[in-house]
Amino acid sequence: MELRLTVPGRYDRLETISKFVGQAGQFAGLDEVAICRCQLAVDEACTNIIEHGYEGEGRGDIELCCEPGQGELVITISDQAKPFDPDAVPQPTLNASLEDMQIGGLGLYFMRQVMDAVEFSYEDGSNKLVLVKKRELEGGGDAPA
Amino acid sequence: MEITTQEFKRVAVISVSGRVDSATAPELEVKLRESVDSGKHQIVLDLKNVEYMSSAGLRAMVSTLKAVKRVNGDLRLANPSPRVEEVLRLAGLTSIFSIHPTQEEAVASF
Repeated sequence: MELRLTVPGRYDRLETISKFVGQAGQFAGLDEVAICRCQLAVDEACTNIIEHGYEGEGRGDIELCCEPGQGELVITISDQAKPFDPDAVPQPTLNASLEDMQIGGLGLYFMRQVMDAVEFSYEDGSNKLVLVKKRELEGGGDAPA
Repeated sequence: MEITTQEFKRVAVISVSGRVDSATAPELEVKLRESVDSGKHQIVLDLKNVEYMSSAGLRAMVSTLKAVKRVNGDLRLANPSPRVEEVLRLAGLTSIFSIHPTQEEAVASF
């Protein structure tokens, strides 16, 4: 199953995107916490596309594809903004003093913290971000062999 | 997102409801800055009805905290939901902000 959504790159579309991801998460059988984490990661990714990729609202579309699978959700986000290099994003300074704290780079940091896989690529004029969230196993441990 | 402000003698309480994301965080930052600029440097931000917060919301809160700390004030948080608390924790902000379980306790802490 594939669920697709294309929206203009505007901040007022973030809520629609969040609801879309929420529905896909339910199809994948993710629990509420996992769905919330997916919504956070996607929100941050889309915000970055608008702010840093397109450098402003209304300059291009964002395409989302959610593939709910057996106990996992694969989310692909595509845009036609300039090529994005995740290695060029500075790390946020967490656990720093208040005056030294820099919140920049937090979006990418959040994605990597809450998702099981985060992969960036650029091909045929499009940035592609693939996010994967797996369902937590009961007990939180590895599945038995 | 809805924002309401109550001004007490020593403390301003700003209550937020709804989503705080890149669409709405600028409005929150303006409201917080208005409070600071009007001389209210002891602020409680009640997050009980915040259903979602992204890094944009955190940025608004950190920016305000820096501003009030410079004038010996503080921005204290009340009632964050588990979802908001997780975002605060991921960002390393649970040790930076004074966080209270109720609005009353946050106000009384000043």
